[in-house]
Amino acid sequence: MFSFRRTSSIVLRQFFLMQGSPARVVPLFAWVAIDMVTWGFITKYLNAVSGSGFNFVPSLLGAVLLWDFFTRVMQGVTTTFFEDVWSRNFLNIFATPLSISEYLSGLVLSSIATSSVGLVVMLVLATAVFGLSFFLYGALLIPYVLVLFVFGIALGVIGCAIVLWLGPAAEWLIWPIPALVSPFAGVFYPLSTLPGWMRFLSRLLPPSYVFENMRGIVLKRPGSPAALLWGAGLDVLILLGASWFFRSIYHHAVRTGLIARYSAESLS
Amino acid sequence: MTPKVLSVRELRKHYGATVAVDGVSFEVNRNEIVGLLGPNGAGKTTTINMILGVLEPTSGTILVEDLDIATKRSRVLERTNFAAVYAPLPGNLTVAQNLRFFGLIYGVQDLSARIETLLEQFDLRAFRDVKCGVLSSGEQTRVSLAKALLNRPALLLLDEPTASLDPAIAREIRIKIQEYAAAGRVGVLWTSHNMYEVEGVCDRVLFLSHGRILLQGDPRTLPAMHGKESLEELFITVANQPERA
Repeated sequence: MFSFRRTSSIVLRQFFLMQGSPARVVPLFAWVAIDMVTWGFITKYLNAVSGSGFNFVPSLLGAVLLWDFFTRVMQGVTTTFFEDVWSRNFLNIFATPLSISEYLSGLVLSSIATSSVGLVVMLVLATAVFGLSFFLYGALLIPYVLVLFVFGIALGVIGCAIVLWLGPAAEWLIWPIPALVSPFAGVFYPLSTLPGWMRFLSRLLPPSYVFENMRGIVLKRPGSPAALLWGAGLDVLILLGASWFFRSIYHHAVRTGLIARYSAESLS
Repeated sequence: MTPKVLSVRELRKHYGATVAVDGVSFEVNRNEIVGLLGPNGAGKTTTINMILGVLEPTSGTILVEDLDIATKRSRVLERTNFAAVYAPLPGNLTVAQNLRFFGLIYGVQDLSARIETLLEQFDLRAFRDVKCGVLSSGEQTRVSLAKALLNRPALLLLDEPTASLDPAIAREIRIKIQEYAAAGRVGVLWTSHNMYEVEGVCDRVLFLSHGRILLQGDPRTLPAMHGKESLEELFITVANQPERA
């Protein structure tokens, strides 16, 4: 039976680790704050030199904010998992009554807590310093955030599964995933800019529906709830696939003995 | 209620053509300390990993208090715990944080009081807020044992719990485990390469070699029954046995 108590232990452990650990606390807000400041000034500069009257703040700065939020959600899941990798804790944690559902839920809850900190910092900076108004997006802002959140969770779980499968060094394959996805997601430009094969892949990525929608609203075009719904549907499929992938890798690791000898990275 | 805490039947683990555990069957009863002995690579840790659910057997069954780990994993592990020299607790958490973290996972009732009792029992009060990574080997072993007893397990698995400890601390640890086993309703499966320790602690021993149980019995009478002067001599004889085809 699912135990919230066991799930909460993962969140509590993250809280313990953050206490008195600037190396863990500072990244929660510092990098996203730097992104907001950098892109805030870039958009101001573009507004000044373009002379077109087009306001770059909601399209560019809003996009950076939402993309950074997605990145923090994904990394919230992976860094919580990496804590078990870094402290070689797999044997201790997987030889307990904690189920895989409870463990993954713990990673998600930790991610909600940590990514919320970054989101609040970004919202404060973007609105107070650079005048980004979220009223422009209206109620659609909620599905935007939800679609990106679920996609971040799904990619985070896939990242954890890859590290569980390939060993601790595979961590370096996981950090750049958002940068790898970004060109296909059309964060900064319309999907029509992309060549056909990239557009095809974009249609499989839920964030592309969010950013297309967002740009449409900025250009005073009506939003497309149907497209967002399609993105949400893809989100659910990818999340289910990610969960299946993690479970498969975990069962492979239990079958082969990799969990017990994880530091060896492989059994060959 | 059955006195059997652990029942292992025809347990096998193959890695391709390599046989790590080959049809092992044994039981551990309540209030009994059973020594699992054997040379390096005999299959002791593989057997323990299968009982802990972190390694799937190729075949065979493992029952803890009549619950099958293959189908009732969480319920089995709620009543099991372990300490192993190769599985220290996270060094970046303090002693108290580690005990609270694992206590929540094991669903320990009245956790704060239980942590206090274990800190007292294992002389860890002074280290409550010290990160486990900076403790000495002996102190880390005591923390691992405190974690292993958090949930008052019915089955306690100890994989070389006194390895790398000096004789004084090792004796102290042995006494604490014996006290716990005598007071509670626990069965203990203990691996060790220290035959002096095994003679002093274990009610029964199982000699494992090449993945099979070759001998079992009382560690104090078993050597004489096989014409050996000591358990160590018997161990060396068993360890040197060639693998059966």
